[in-house]
Amino acid sequence: MRFAIVVNEGPYTHQASDTAYQFARAVLAKGHEIFRVFFYHDGVNNGTRYTVPPQDDRNLQKLWSELAESHKLDLVVCIAAAQRRGILDANEAKRQGKDGDNIAPGFRISGLGQLIEAGIEADRLVVFGD
Amino acid sequence: MSETKKKFLYVNRKAPYGTIYALESLEVVLIGAAFEQHVSLAFIDDGVYQLMDGQDTAAAGMKNFSKTYKALGDYEVRKLYVERESLDERGLKVENLMPVTYEDEDDDYAEKPSLIVVDRAEMSKIIAAQDVVLSF
Repeated sequence: MRFAIVVNEGPYTHQASDTAYQFARAVLAKGHEIFRVFFYHDGVNNGTRYTVPPQDDRNLQKLWSELAESHKLDLVVCIAAAQRRGILDANEAKRQGKDGDNIAPGFRISGLGQLIEAGIEADRLVVFGD
Repeated sequence: MSETKKKFLYVNRKAPYGTIYALESLEVVLIGAAFEQHVSLAFIDDGVYQLMDGQDTAAAGMKNFSKTYKALGDYEVRKLYVERESLDERGLKVENLMPVTYEDEDDDYAEKPSLIVVDRAEMSKIIAAQDVVLSF
């Protein structure tokens, strides 16, 4: 089966990202496909490479980046939500006149159309939020 | 763009302004309208406050986006389901909600109400009948 996953909360404050990550791993372990993981609302904060959690805690950004790398996952951060919260890739940083970008490896910034498309193309869309 | 036409339901559960969910949910609805899917909205729990008439955000210093709900008809979004129990539990009546209408092109563009009050059991059936449920 083909899944789409939506993550609506940032890391650590809420469990949503952890649960979504565990769900994604379980989906892949069962041999299913993940069409896309879409990060919306504060969920975009999962996609900054500047988080530095304590060493004895999980690093959610790294976990997502590694999962994306090993399974060729499409991790999409909503551009409108990202701009409000200071998540930028190199292009956006240049376009907005900012002095740096912070998008994490394996994540890309794109529009809300990618969320709708995920709903259309996937057999199941699963939302993780508050 | 895909030929597939699915039933999308946007479930709004939070009051406006206190958190950003309502505003960003609307942004998805407006973008999603371009995809020509079957779209409806549900308002449950504190989400019913999103439809309160006479919203004034001046003192809070925030953008008042309540007019956007009234424009949804122009985006072919014509079904806004409101849960009766959620209204009752908050002491709200349908008269406290803003009028939201759409123009029915099959009926000489008559203005028709988009708000549909349903009870919890009906809402459950509506949600079960969808292909895609986005919950905010």
